[in-house]
Amino acid sequence: MDPGDLFDNHDYVAPARYVRPYTITAGRTRSKVDLPMEATLRRRPGGFHPDLNPAALRVLATCDARSVAEVSALVSMPIGVVRVLLGDLVEQGIVHVEATITESSSKDERIDLIERTLRGLRTY
Amino acid sequence: MDYAPTSATRRAASTKIVVAGGFGVGKTTLVGSVSEIVPLRTEALVTNESEGVDDLDAVPTKATTTVAMDFGRLTLAEDLVLYLFGTPGQRRFWFMWDDLCLGAIGAIVLVDTNRLDDSFSPLDYFESKGLPFIVAVNEFDGTQRYSLEEVANALALPPHVPIISVDARDRASVKQALVRVTEYALERLIQPLSVNAN
Repeated sequence: MDPGDLFDNHDYVAPARYVRPYTITAGRTRSKVDLPMEATLRRRPGGFHPDLNPAALRVLATCDARSVAEVSALVSMPIGVVRVLLGDLVEQGIVHVEATITESSSKDERIDLIERTLRGLRTY
Repeated sequence: MDYAPTSATRRAASTKIVVAGGFGVGKTTLVGSVSEIVPLRTEALVTNESEGVDDLDAVPTKATTTVAMDFGRLTLAEDLVLYLFGTPGQRRFWFMWDDLCLGAIGAIVLVDTNRLDDSFSPLDYFESKGLPFIVAVNEFDGTQRYSLEEVANALALPPHVPIISVDARDRASVKQALVRVTEYALERLIQPLSVNAN
Protein backbone atom coordinates (compact mmCIF):
# COMPACT_ATOMS: atom_id res chain seq x y z
CA MET A 1 0.00 0.00 0.00
CA ASP A 2 1.46 3.30 -1.01
CA PRO A 3 1.24 6.46 1.08
CA GLY A 4 -1.30 8.01 -1.26
CA ASP A 5 -3.82 5.34 -0.33
CA LEU A 6 -4.03 6.66 3.19
CA PHE A 7 -5.49 9.87 1.89
CA ASP A 8 -7.37 8.49 -1.00
CA ASN A 9 -9.86 6.17 0.56
CA HIS A 10 -12.59 8.69 0.00
CA ASP A 11 -13.63 7.51 -3.41
CA TYR A 12 -16.26 5.42 -1.79
CA VAL A 13 -19.91 5.39 -2.51
CA ALA A 14 -21.78 5.08 0.74
CA PRO A 15 -24.33 2.29 1.02
CA ALA A 16 -27.75 3.18 -0.29
CA ARG A 17 -29.91 4.97 2.21
CA TYR A 18 -33.25 6.67 2.26
CA VAL A 19 -32.96 10.41 2.60
CA ARG A 20 -35.04 13.48 2.14
CA PRO A 21 -32.26 15.89 1.35
CA TYR A 22 -34.48 18.34 -0.43
CA THR A 23 -36.92 18.86 2.42
CA ILE A 24 -35.12 22.11 3.24
CA THR A 25 -35.51 23.32 -0.33
CA ALA A 26 -39.22 22.54 -0.38
CA GLY A 27 -38.61 19.72 -2.84
CA ARG A 28 -36.82 21.82 -5.44
CA THR A 29 -33.76 20.15 -6.93
CA ARG A 30 -32.65 22.80 -9.38
CA SER A 31 -31.73 26.46 -9.16
CA LYS A 32 -32.53 28.97 -11.88
CA VAL A 33 -29.19 30.62 -11.21
CA ASP A 34 -26.03 29.21 -12.82
CA LEU A 35 -23.72 28.27 -9.96
CA PRO A 36 -20.50 26.54 -11.04
CA MET A 37 -18.66 24.66 -8.28
CA GLU A 38 -15.80 27.17 -8.33
CA ALA A 39 -17.88 30.36 -8.54
CA THR A 40 -17.00 32.92 -5.86
CA LEU A 41 -19.87 34.35 -3.84
CA ARG A 42 -20.11 37.79 -2.29
CA ARG A 43 -22.58 38.74 0.37
CA ARG A 44 -24.04 42.12 -0.47
CA PRO A 45 -23.60 44.65 2.32
CA GLY A 46 -26.37 45.35 4.79
CA GLY A 47 -29.59 43.56 5.38
CA PHE A 48 -31.20 41.60 8.16
CA HIS A 49 -33.11 38.64 6.89
CA PRO A 50 -35.53 37.35 9.52
CA ASP A 51 -37.57 35.50 6.91
CA LEU A 52 -34.79 33.10 5.88
CA ASN A 53 -34.92 29.53 7.17
CA PRO A 54 -32.04 28.25 9.34
CA ALA A 55 -30.38 26.34 6.48
CA ALA A 56 -30.40 29.43 4.25
CA LEU A 57 -29.02 31.52 7.12
CA ARG A 58 -26.14 29.07 7.57
CA VAL A 59 -25.37 29.25 3.87
CA LEU A 60 -25.53 33.05 3.97
CA ALA A 61 -23.25 33.25 7.00
CA THR A 62 -20.67 31.02 5.30
CA CYS A 63 -20.67 32.12 1.68
CA ASP A 64 -18.83 35.43 1.55
CA ALA A 65 -15.60 35.22 -0.53
CA ARG A 66 -16.02 31.46 -0.83
CA SER A 67 -16.91 29.15 -3.69
CA VAL A 68 -20.07 27.08 -4.07
CA ALA A 69 -18.03 23.92 -3.36
CA GLU A 70 -16.54 25.42 -0.20
CA VAL A 71 -19.96 26.40 1.11
CA SER A 72 -21.22 22.86 0.49
CA ALA A 73 -18.26 21.39 2.37
CA LEU A 74 -18.38 23.85 5.27
CA VAL A 75 -22.12 23.62 5.94
CA SER A 76 -22.08 19.83 5.29
CA MET A 77 -24.89 19.89 2.75
CA PRO A 78 -24.82 18.20 -0.65
CA ILE A 79 -23.81 20.44 -3.52
CA GLY A 80 -27.26 20.31 -5.13
CA VAL A 81 -29.01 21.45 -1.97
CA VAL A 82 -26.54 24.30 -1.51
CA ARG A 83 -27.09 25.39 -5.08
CA VAL A 84 -30.84 25.70 -4.57
CA LEU A 85 -30.38 27.70 -1.35
CA LEU A 86 -27.71 29.95 -2.88
CA GLY A 87 -29.83 30.45 -5.99
CA ASP A 88 -32.62 31.82 -3.79
CA LEU A 89 -30.21 34.21 -2.07
CA VAL A 90 -28.95 35.41 -5.45
CA GLU A 91 -32.48 35.92 -6.76
CA GLN A 92 -33.33 37.90 -3.65
CA GLY A 93 -30.32 40.14 -4.25
CA ILE A 94 -28.65 39.13 -1.00
CA VAL A 95 -25.71 37.33 -2.61
CA HIS A 96 -23.77 38.11 -5.79
CA VAL A 97 -21.98 35.52 -7.96
CA GLU A 98 -18.65 36.56 -9.44
CA ALA A 99 -17.71 35.67 -13.00
CA THR A 100 -16.27 32.36 -14.15
CA ILE A 101 -15.51 30.99 -17.58
CA THR A 102 -18.69 29.61 -19.11
CA GLU A 103 -19.69 28.03 -22.39
CA SER A 104 -20.39 31.50 -23.76
CA SER A 105 -16.99 32.95 -22.81
CA SER A 106 -15.00 34.29 -25.74
CA LYS A 107 -11.60 32.99 -26.78
CA ASP A 108 -10.03 36.24 -25.56
CA GLU A 109 -11.63 35.82 -22.14
CA ARG A 110 -10.31 32.25 -21.95
CA ILE A 111 -6.81 33.27 -22.97
CA ASP A 112 -6.85 36.12 -20.44
CA LEU A 113 -7.87 33.73 -17.66
CA ILE A 114 -5.30 31.08 -18.58
CA GLU A 115 -2.51 33.65 -18.77
CA ARG A 116 -3.43 35.07 -15.37
CA THR A 117 -3.50 31.52 -13.99
CA LEU A 118 -0.06 30.78 -15.42
CA ARG A 119 1.42 33.96 -13.96
CA GLY A 120 -0.11 33.12 -10.60
CA LEU A 121 1.07 29.50 -10.63
CA ARG A 122 4.64 30.40 -11.55
CA THR A 123 4.97 32.65 -8.52
CA TYR A 124 2.81 30.54 -6.19
CA MET B 1 -24.29 37.13 -23.07
CA ASP B 2 -27.43 38.97 -22.27
CA TYR B 3 -26.24 41.43 -19.69
CA ALA B 4 -23.63 43.35 -21.70
CA PRO B 5 -20.76 42.89 -19.29
CA THR B 6 -17.65 44.96 -19.44
CA SER B 7 -14.48 42.92 -19.41
CA ALA B 8 -13.35 44.75 -16.29
CA THR B 9 -16.35 43.76 -14.19
CA ARG B 10 -16.91 40.28 -15.60
CA ARG B 11 -13.34 39.03 -15.50
CA ALA B 12 -13.30 35.53 -14.09
CA ALA B 13 -12.61 35.65 -10.35
CA SER B 14 -12.02 31.91 -10.01
CA THR B 15 -11.26 28.88 -12.09
CA LYS B 16 -10.58 25.17 -11.71
CA ILE B 17 -8.46 22.25 -12.79
CA VAL B 18 -9.75 18.68 -12.49
CA VAL B 19 -7.59 15.87 -11.11
CA ALA B 20 -8.91 12.47 -12.16
CA GLY B 21 -7.62 9.00 -11.55
CA GLY B 22 -8.35 5.61 -10.10
CA PHE B 23 -8.96 4.70 -6.49
CA GLY B 24 -5.90 5.20 -4.31
CA VAL B 25 -3.72 6.78 -6.98
CA GLY B 26 -3.03 9.84 -4.84
CA LYS B 27 -5.46 12.52 -6.02
CA THR B 28 -6.17 13.94 -2.58
CA THR B 29 -2.46 13.80 -1.72
CA LEU B 30 -1.71 15.82 -4.85
CA VAL B 31 -4.40 18.37 -4.06
CA GLY B 32 -3.22 18.65 -0.46
CA SER B 33 0.39 19.26 -1.51
CA VAL B 34 -0.40 22.62 -3.08
CA SER B 35 -3.66 23.68 -1.45
CA GLU B 36 -3.61 26.59 1.00
CA ILE B 37 -6.37 24.88 2.97
CA VAL B 38 -6.65 21.30 4.19
CA PRO B 39 -8.60 19.66 1.34
CA LEU B 40 -12.33 19.95 1.84
CA ARG B 41 -14.95 17.44 0.82
CA THR B 42 -18.21 18.05 -0.93
CA GLU B 43 -20.84 15.45 -1.66
CA ALA B 44 -23.25 15.02 -4.50
CA LEU B 45 -26.31 12.83 -4.33
CA VAL B 46 -26.73 10.01 -6.79
CA THR B 47 -29.89 8.09 -7.39
CA ASN B 48 -29.28 4.42 -7.98
CA GLU B 49 -31.73 4.22 -10.82
CA SER B 50 -30.60 7.02 -13.09
CA GLU B 51 -27.22 7.83 -11.56
CA GLY B 52 -28.32 11.37 -12.32
CA VAL B 53 -26.90 13.81 -9.84
CA ASP B 54 -29.34 15.58 -7.59
CA ASP B 55 -32.21 14.52 -9.76
CA LEU B 56 -34.52 13.13 -7.16
CA ASP B 57 -37.44 15.09 -8.48
CA ALA B 58 -39.64 14.86 -5.45
CA VAL B 59 -39.43 11.10 -5.10
CA PRO B 60 -38.42 11.19 -1.48
CA THR B 61 -38.08 7.48 -0.88
CA LYS B 62 -35.88 6.65 -3.84
CA ALA B 63 -32.64 5.11 -2.62
CA THR B 64 -29.73 7.47 -2.97
CA THR B 65 -26.03 7.26 -2.50
CA THR B 66 -23.56 10.05 -2.18
CA VAL B 67 -20.30 10.50 -3.98
CA ALA B 68 -17.54 12.51 -2.38
CA MET B 69 -15.07 14.85 -4.02
CA ASP B 70 -12.08 16.38 -2.31
CA PHE B 71 -10.85 19.77 -3.40
CA GLY B 72 -8.27 22.39 -2.55
CA ARG B 73 -7.80 26.09 -3.08
CA LEU B 74 -4.90 28.21 -4.34
CA THR B 75 -5.12 32.00 -4.23
CA LEU B 76 -3.10 33.01 -7.29
CA ALA B 77 -3.68 36.75 -7.19
CA GLU B 78 -5.83 39.27 -5.37
CA ASP B 79 -8.50 38.71 -7.99
CA LEU B 80 -8.00 35.05 -8.90
CA VAL B 81 -8.53 31.77 -7.03
CA LEU B 82 -7.81 28.35 -8.51
CA TYR B 83 -9.68 25.29 -7.23
CA LEU B 84 -8.40 21.76 -7.72
CA PHE B 85 -11.06 19.08 -7.77
CA GLY B 86 -10.13 15.45 -7.29
CA THR B 87 -12.64 13.12 -8.86
CA PRO B 88 -13.03 9.35 -8.89
CA GLY B 89 -12.10 7.81 -12.22
CA GLN B 90 -14.72 5.14 -12.64
CA ARG B 91 -17.11 5.42 -15.51
CA ARG B 92 -20.11 5.43 -13.20
CA PHE B 93 -19.09 8.93 -12.04
CA TRP B 94 -19.15 10.44 -15.50
CA PHE B 95 -22.45 12.16 -14.77
CA MET B 96 -20.60 14.32 -12.28
CA TRP B 97 -17.75 15.18 -14.57
CA ASP B 98 -19.92 17.19 -16.94
CA ASP B 99 -20.59 19.56 -14.07
CA LEU B 100 -16.96 19.55 -12.95
CA CYS B 101 -15.41 20.02 -16.36
CA LEU B 102 -17.62 22.84 -17.58
CA GLY B 103 -15.45 25.94 -17.48
CA ALA B 104 -12.36 24.06 -16.28
CA ILE B 105 -8.95 25.06 -17.65
CA GLY B 106 -8.03 21.41 -18.10
CA ALA B 107 -7.46 18.12 -16.35
CA ILE B 108 -4.63 16.06 -14.96
CA VAL B 109 -5.09 12.30 -15.25
CA LEU B 110 -3.05 10.86 -12.41
CA VAL B 111 -1.74 7.41 -13.25
CA ASP B 112 -0.39 4.53 -11.17
CA THR B 113 1.62 2.24 -13.45
CA ASN B 114 0.46 -0.78 -11.45
CA ARG B 115 -3.13 0.02 -12.33
CA LEU B 116 -3.12 1.51 -15.79
CA ASP B 117 -6.64 0.23 -16.51
CA ASP B 118 -8.03 2.77 -14.05
CA SER B 119 -6.90 5.56 -16.37
CA PHE B 120 -8.78 4.50 -19.48
CA SER B 121 -12.13 5.86 -18.41
CA PRO B 122 -10.98 9.42 -17.60
CA LEU B 123 -8.84 9.51 -20.76
CA ASP B 124 -11.84 8.52 -22.89
CA TYR B 125 -14.01 11.07 -21.17
CA PHE B 126 -11.71 14.08 -21.52
CA GLU B 127 -10.94 13.16 -25.10
CA SER B 128 -14.63 12.95 -25.96
CA LYS B 129 -15.30 16.32 -24.31
CA GLY B 130 -12.33 18.06 -25.89
CA LEU B 131 -11.06 19.18 -22.48
CA PRO B 132 -7.27 19.68 -22.58
CA PHE B 133 -5.58 17.12 -20.34
CA ILE B 134 -2.15 15.86 -19.47
CA VAL B 135 -1.13 12.51 -18.02
CA ALA B 136 0.91 12.57 -14.82
CA VAL B 137 2.51 9.32 -13.68
CA ASN B 138 2.69 9.30 -9.91
CA GLU B 139 6.15 8.22 -8.74
CA PHE B 140 5.66 7.52 -5.07
CA ASP B 141 9.00 5.99 -4.30
CA GLY B 142 11.14 7.95 -6.71
CA THR B 143 11.98 4.90 -8.79
CA GLN B 144 10.56 4.97 -12.25
CA ARG B 145 9.31 1.53 -13.14
CA TYR B 146 8.54 2.29 -16.75
CA SER B 147 9.65 5.05 -19.07
CA LEU B 148 7.10 7.72 -19.89
CA GLU B 149 7.21 6.52 -23.47
CA GLU B 150 6.27 3.00 -22.39
CA VAL B 151 3.36 4.34 -20.35
CA ALA B 152 2.19 6.54 -23.23
CA ASN B 153 2.22 3.50 -25.52
CA ALA B 154 0.40 1.33 -23.03
CA LEU B 155 -2.29 4.00 -22.70
CA ALA B 156 -2.41 4.54 -26.49
CA LEU B 157 -2.04 8.28 -25.88
CA PRO B 158 -2.29 10.52 -28.93
CA PRO B 159 1.12 12.11 -29.57
CA HIS B 160 -0.04 15.63 -28.71
CA VAL B 161 -0.98 14.72 -25.13
CA PRO B 162 1.80 15.70 -22.69
CA ILE B 163 2.93 13.02 -20.26
CA ILE B 164 5.05 13.84 -17.22
CA SER B 165 6.03 12.19 -13.98
CA VAL B 166 4.95 13.74 -10.71
CA ASP B 167 5.45 13.16 -7.01
CA ALA B 168 2.01 13.88 -5.59
CA ARG B 169 3.52 14.53 -2.15
CA ASP B 170 5.88 17.22 -3.40
CA ARG B 171 4.65 20.78 -3.70
CA ALA B 172 7.15 21.86 -6.38
CA SER B 173 6.47 18.77 -8.45
CA VAL B 174 2.69 19.25 -8.29
CA LYS B 175 3.10 22.94 -9.10
CA GLN B 176 5.01 21.94 -12.23
CA ALA B 177 2.19 19.63 -13.26
CA LEU B 178 -0.31 22.48 -12.83
CA VAL B 179 1.86 24.80 -14.90
CA ARG B 180 2.15 22.13 -17.60
CA VAL B 181 -1.57 21.51 -17.93
CA THR B 182 -2.25 25.25 -17.99
CA GLU B 183 0.42 25.84 -20.65
CA TYR B 184 -1.03 22.99 -22.68
CA ALA B 185 -4.54 24.43 -22.39
CA LEU B 186 -3.19 27.73 -23.74
CA GLU B 187 -1.43 25.95 -26.62
CA ARG B 188 -4.65 24.13 -27.51
CA LEU B 189 -6.62 27.37 -27.44
CA ILE B 190 -4.18 29.27 -29.63
CA GLN B 191 -3.59 26.35 -31.97
CA PRO B 192 -6.54 23.94 -31.89
CA LEU B 193 -5.94 20.39 -33.06
CA SER B 194 -6.78 19.99 -36.70
CA VAL B 195 -9.45 17.48 -37.56
CA ASN B 196 -6.84 15.33 -39.23
CA ALA B 197 -4.45 15.28 -36.28
CA ASN B 198 -3.83 11.74 -35.19
